[in-house]
Amino acid sequence: MARFSLTVNGKTQTVDVSPDTPLLWVLRDSLELTGTKFGCGIGQCRACTVHVDGSAVPSCSLPISAAADRDVTTIEGLGNGKLHPLQKAWIEENVPQCGYCQPGQIMGAAALLAKSPKPSDADIDEAMSPYLCRCGTYQRIRRAIHRAAEEV
Amino acid sequence: MTTVSQVSRRDFLKVTGVAGSGLLLGFNFPFGRDGFAMTVSGPFKPNVWLQIDPDGTAKLWVHRSPLGQGVRTSLPMILADELGADWSKIERVQGDANPDFGSQVTGGSTSIRTSWVPLRNAGATGRAMLIAAAAQTWGVEPSTCRAYNSEVIHEPSDRKLGYGELAELASTLPVPSNPPLKDPKDFRYIGKSLPRLDHPARAKGEAVFGLDFKLPGMLFACVARCPVFGGSVQSYDASDAMTVDGVRDVVEVESGVAVLAESTWAAMKGREALQVEFDYGPDADLSSEGIAKLFDERQQEAGVATREDGDTDAAIAGAARTFDAVYEVPYLSHAPLEPMNCTAHWRDDGVELWAPSQAPQWGRGTMAQVLGMPLEKITVHVTFVGGAFGRRLMPDFMIEAARVAKAAGVPVKVVWTREDDMHHDFYRPASRHIMSAAIDGEDTLVAWKHRVVSPSIVGPNLGADANAAAGEATGGAADLPYAIPNIYVDHCAADTAVPTGWFRSVFNTQTPFANECFLDEIAAATGKDPYELRMAMLADKPRHAGVLELAAKKAGWGDPLPEGRFRGLALHYSFQTYVAEVAEVSVEEDGTLHVHRVVCAIDCGIVINPDEVTAQMEGGIVMGLTAALKGEITLEKGRVVQNNFDAYPLLTMREMPKVEVHIVPSTEAPTGVGEPGLPPIAPAVANAIFAATGKRIRRLPIRPDDLSAT
Repeated sequence: MARFSLTVNGKTQTVDVSPDTPLLWVLRDSLELTGTKFGCGIGQCRACTVHVDGSAVPSCSLPISAAADRDVTTIEGLGNGKLHPLQKAWIEENVPQCGYCQPGQIMGAAALLAKSPKPSDADIDEAMSPYLCRCGTYQRIRRAIHRAAEEV
Repeated sequence: MTTVSQVSRRDFLKVTGVAGSGLLLGFNFPFGRDGFAMTVSGPFKPNVWLQIDPDGTAKLWVHRSPLGQGVRTSLPMILADELGADWSKIERVQGDANPDFGSQVTGGSTSIRTSWVPLRNAGATGRAMLIAAAAQTWGVEPSTCRAYNSEVIHEPSDRKLGYGELAELASTLPVPSNPPLKDPKDFRYIGKSLPRLDHPARAKGEAVFGLDFKLPGMLFACVARCPVFGGSVQSYDASDAMTVDGVRDVVEVESGVAVLAESTWAAMKGREALQVEFDYGPDADLSSEGIAKLFDERQQEAGVATREDGDTDAAIAGAARTFDAVYEVPYLSHAPLEPMNCTAHWRDDGVELWAPSQAPQWGRGTMAQVLGMPLEKITVHVTFVGGAFGRRLMPDFMIEAARVAKAAGVPVKVVWTREDDMHHDFYRPASRHIMSAAIDGEDTLVAWKHRVVSPSIVGPNLGADANAAAGEATGGAADLPYAIPNIYVDHCAADTAVPTGWFRSVFNTQTPFANECFLDEIAAATGKDPYELRMAMLADKPRHAGVLELAAKKAGWGDPLPEGRFRGLALHYSFQTYVAEVAEVSVEEDGTLHVHRVVCAIDCGIVINPDEVTAQMEGGIVMGLTAALKGEITLEKGRVVQNNFDAYPLLTMREMPKVEVHIVPSTEAPTGVGEPGLPPIAPAVANAIFAATGKRIRRLPIRPDDLSAT
């Protein structure tokens, strides 16, 4: 075990975990932020996406030793206590089915909008194709991203 | 703690903090709006479905599991509409496993169609009693009163009483046996695309799925299970596992060896370090090739017939021309995004589980049997479910969690990795479809034969006989809707050690691929338009014809397409619902396939929430496309080869076609929507590929090699 400090949703946190613990499990088990989901453990589904220093990262594949002293934002902190325009668009477009992958989808979309505020369909394909949804909500995710982009 | 709840995560933590362990360990968890069933006294509760509290809140019980299909909005819509409740004054309570609800199996696309009548009656009962209470209070005839928006109104005297004010008196009145139902023209919620009530929680990451559930003092567990089907643990050595930081215990249960730890990661690492010797059992050589050989043998044997119209063999013998083809599909894994998991707490007085289950009653009943425990000592709470698609009907993951918790002596969450989930699924059976057909001198179809060769699901899982297995395996084949005088359909069972299970739309994932592609082959061979050929054989099937016509019209069937684009169509009836789909594709020289657009028409009777029907069609189409283009589970050395999404890929955003859904207006009783969107998509795409390339797809998944020009 070892102690690591990191900033999560604006708050400095210290955890005492094994250095190879993926950030995902630090968030979920140590910090009880369960909005970030476990889907595959190998960065293939991106349900575990969080922002690390502003970039979308699959937290299942980032050991805490590499996340230490960095700035992490999870779905719980995305809207700063309010609904983020993407979360609002997600509700308005009736995007979620089971909803399990959606925190990761939203975090991925937020990183996309930060980089390209008015993404084209091709931009969305490029940025969002790594994010798997077994329920098949892709069409609505696309619509919701466009809707949120209009609002931002 | 509120497994399926709108309570925010923050509230949840606050409540659990305040409540302390005494309450947490209790059998009932009497907190929270929309949380668990509560022990109540006083308020008006005419039946298992609803309760009116003195403050006017209408509590509505949801007895089916939230898999993503919107039951926690659509079922309350039915109930609230008949009850005359104000939508803003409802609270939902997720029902625990309880026989008073009738079936709680969230499968077979049954939630709406089998709840429609009971929920309408339940709501109407409540409304009639509240009206009776108001009429008694005012000394007027009940027939002069009406209910609207959680109030009873007496217009002649311009008086109103809220449901909350009437609750106490209503609770003393007799329960009517045949309360009048609303005239459908008076529906306020049914038929409207009301927003899904749980979406804010889902979008904020606050929905508590099974994997997110936590109890104080709980340990996390990973179980080492024999990778070979039918094998078992021979011996194990826990010493290395116990050296992993955070690992607390190692216990053996019937399904494997569980490593218990303070965190999920420690449990995973502990399991990695665990030394286990398995006895692989009698099926250690099982392979996909071996299963194909078994199919070769079994298809020679007499099948169990499920449809025999006329004399098919004679018709084929005397026909002008005959057709034969064989279609094949592989095993599939359900692969819901949330891997299997279950939290269990074993105590002296019983066991309590929090499970993302589709069949909590079945889980509870099976546990009572295998654990030798009275039913009333087993409590099953249903959590939010991160996709299910049939996998979570099975009770295995709940039984295992109960056993691990018993052995551990503390509350335990058993976590499955993606690899566990993929290696220990109950797979959609592989199947082979041997098709024969004959036409007469005027190119009219006179004979049709469809032999399904496959493992069964109901046999190994429910102990059903060969007739039941055949009935299930020929679902979607035996009920071929087309007017053909001689039809013969049968099933040759080919059971193996590979566990089989119900996958979204069950054998309707396979049979229409064979039906609708084979029909397309005959259309092409006789120079007929696939749409016209079908319509000519649907003269007495107006609902089948209705969706086909609507889909064709909306897709512009027969209209010119942009260069390189081609269409294919398919029609299928399943779960009492009619669906037709038209796919528009293009195929590049190297065989790369693009599915650009899918037009879907559905007739599912009265629609409760139209946008949910649309969403379910979209979801079914995506799942069917994944199966058609990518899905394949193979076997080697008695085990599943694919480990994770890198080897078992899903459709991605980039591959998502534009899907358009059109709903046929109807006054018929509602039917299923969770599954029927899936079946037509594979044949629609395969038929479009034929139109594009002249190549016949008779095997799924479709591979670029099947399509390339060279």
